[in-house]
Amino acid sequence: MNLKSALALAFGLAVAGASNAATELVIATVNNGHMIEMQKLTKFFEQANPDITIKWVTLEEGVLRQRVTTDIATKGGQFDIMTIGMYETPIWAKKNWLQELKPDAAYDVDDLLPAMRQGLSVDGKLYAAPFYGESSMLMYRKDLADKAGVKLPERPTWAQVKDLAAKIHDPKNGVYGICLRGKPGWGDNMAFLTTLVNTNGGQWFDMNWKPQLESKPWKDAIKFYVDLLNKYGPPGSSANSFNEILALYNEGKCGMWVDATIAASFISDPKQSKVADKVAFAQAPVAVTPKGANWLWAWALAIPAGSKNQEAAQKFIAWATSKDYVKLVGKEAGWGSVPTGTRKSTYTSPEFLKAAKFADAEKKAIDTANPNDSTLPKSPYVGVQFAAIPEFQAIGIAVGQQMSAALAGKVTVDEALKSSQNSADREMKKAGYYK
Amino acid sequence: MTRFLPRALLAPSVITLFLWMIVPLLMTIYFSLIRYNLMQPGEHGFIGLANYQYFITDSSFGPAIINTLLLLGSVIVITVVVGVSLALLIDDPFPGRGLVRVLLISPFFVMPTVNALLWKHMMMNPIYGVFAQVWIFCGMQPVDWMTDWPLFSVILMVAWQWLPFATLIFVTALQSMNREQLEAARMDGARYLQQLRYLYVPHLGRSIAVVIMIEMIFLMSVFAEIYTTTGGGPGDASTNVAFLIFKQALLNFDAGVASAGALFAVVLANIVAIFLIRLIGKNLD
Repeated sequence: MNLKSALALAFGLAVAGASNAATELVIATVNNGHMIEMQKLTKFFEQANPDITIKWVTLEEGVLRQRVTTDIATKGGQFDIMTIGMYETPIWAKKNWLQELKPDAAYDVDDLLPAMRQGLSVDGKLYAAPFYGESSMLMYRKDLADKAGVKLPERPTWAQVKDLAAKIHDPKNGVYGICLRGKPGWGDNMAFLTTLVNTNGGQWFDMNWKPQLESKPWKDAIKFYVDLLNKYGPPGSSANSFNEILALYNEGKCGMWVDATIAASFISDPKQSKVADKVAFAQAPVAVTPKGANWLWAWALAIPAGSKNQEAAQKFIAWATSKDYVKLVGKEAGWGSVPTGTRKSTYTSPEFLKAAKFADAEKKAIDTANPNDSTLPKSPYVGVQFAAIPEFQAIGIAVGQQMSAALAGKVTVDEALKSSQNSADREMKKAGYYK
Repeated sequence: MTRFLPRALLAPSVITLFLWMIVPLLMTIYFSLIRYNLMQPGEHGFIGLANYQYFITDSSFGPAIINTLLLLGSVIVITVVVGVSLALLIDDPFPGRGLVRVLLISPFFVMPTVNALLWKHMMMNPIYGVFAQVWIFCGMQPVDWMTDWPLFSVILMVAWQWLPFATLIFVTALQSMNREQLEAARMDGARYLQQLRYLYVPHLGRSIAVVIMIEMIFLMSVFAEIYTTTGGGPGDASTNVAFLIFKQALLNFDAGVASAGALFAVVLANIVAIFLIRLIGKNLD
């Protein structure tokens, strides 16, 4: 064999190899339990689709957001599938950065919970498929409430919550009346505080996009929050967010906690929680109006418009968010750890209902949240615990910092709201919403 | 001609290095002059110095500058003073000196993020931290470190991390002290304080200068400790310039304002460097 034919042969083999090579999907995702489970189960997808291989890029939430946003905004094209939230989806879809999802009939789009489907669609077109979804609710220690002789209704008011907090607050024995988020961040303290403001009848922006941070509902809500946490909260609240409070709650140090429904499966798991058998659930407390009292969030899978492997990506998303996937997790990992908050069928599955005693409260919380109508006065934005506009992150972060300063007693509530209003105003002017 | 050839041969590497340095700088300058928010592409208009104006009039800006300088100054003072004392303590041979040295140096090998988490949860947590337990044992109300003393907490963490570095340099310097001179001083009846004043400290001068210089360079950009513990708060109580730029670039996704901030930081670093060279440079001749 001379050199020429050897080269030709090598070339031929290379071409053949390339055409047989599997499509590689690069998926960016967040490092929480449900997603780690999905990575373990990927082998089932790869067995069913031998021409596709999956490469995972697993990141911490904040880092994921940075990587994914810079990638999609600069058209970097690193990822074929991205894990994004309910905040990003409508913004990016409107900019045509995302590919519309078109699952086949077997996928049963109508099985998706309406609140989730609505939050991830623009003009009726689905741009991201919910992998798991959550709302917020009140989680409390049934034993302590019984001891105090208080029976909470299914949807308590904030006044009732404050009463109960006062009764069960017992720092000498290491139990604090109520734990709430205080760490600054639009997804940290502001997620909770926005629901509190909503239920007090407030909003982020009025119909002219003017920030409303110095309005009465905001003042009422923030004063109530600072007072409540300073009297009946644990020390160090201004540095606590979801994970910190989860640790406290599992140690039995919190009497009540209003946070993501996803926490329910952790605090009622005897392997993690010392108080697993003592927890009870109620809807998020209300003040003036039930509108927007509990938030709505979904981690969802979406395809950036620039992806070269559209077809494979569609296939993977349809698999990972399907009814069969939920069943697969139930079989492989147990029904207590299936991704919840996405499909009606999950909540009708007897295995799931048996494994999760929070299922009813969670479903009800999700069903009552409506991102298109979450404030008492009419608002121009979509979203319950955020406003789905690009400028919101910056505003949420600046306001979150002021709120944590007010909680720590560094500034008064009025001062904090005044400087919050100023920075929100600056940001909106910079973005050209008004002069 | 004889000069031209070596220069021509040098040119490729010099030009590469120059480009290596100048291209990112020029891009930063360019970005700082346009409207460039990652969340709003396609609207990259020229807006002059508006980004600079937004960066400087940001309500976090003043506190960030003050915090940066406070952090820098306190950590340097703590590490130099305590570092010199520790180095003097472990200079003379004693049983187990090797082990003590290893223990003293080990905090430097802890990653900044881990360092911050250790302090935040194990030491300073107001409910289950070691400090809180000590306070409760003494019958006092535990200090809520991250809320009441955010900047001081960060200073403690960073100082703990950098103290081994300073100690290491000082110990090495002490090893090279002239033993005969010390002996002579003792023979002449110099007390310890006098030896310290006229022999040890002058001898350590150069290494103190090195420690200050290196720490200044690295501490300007302290970030991990702030990010993982206080998130710059409460309010702006522990925001420094590096954290402020991070906030603009990766939390607000405003590349324009962040670039303006980065250029500002370059200017700030240069001002500090000029003073440093004036003050310390003489020591290094």
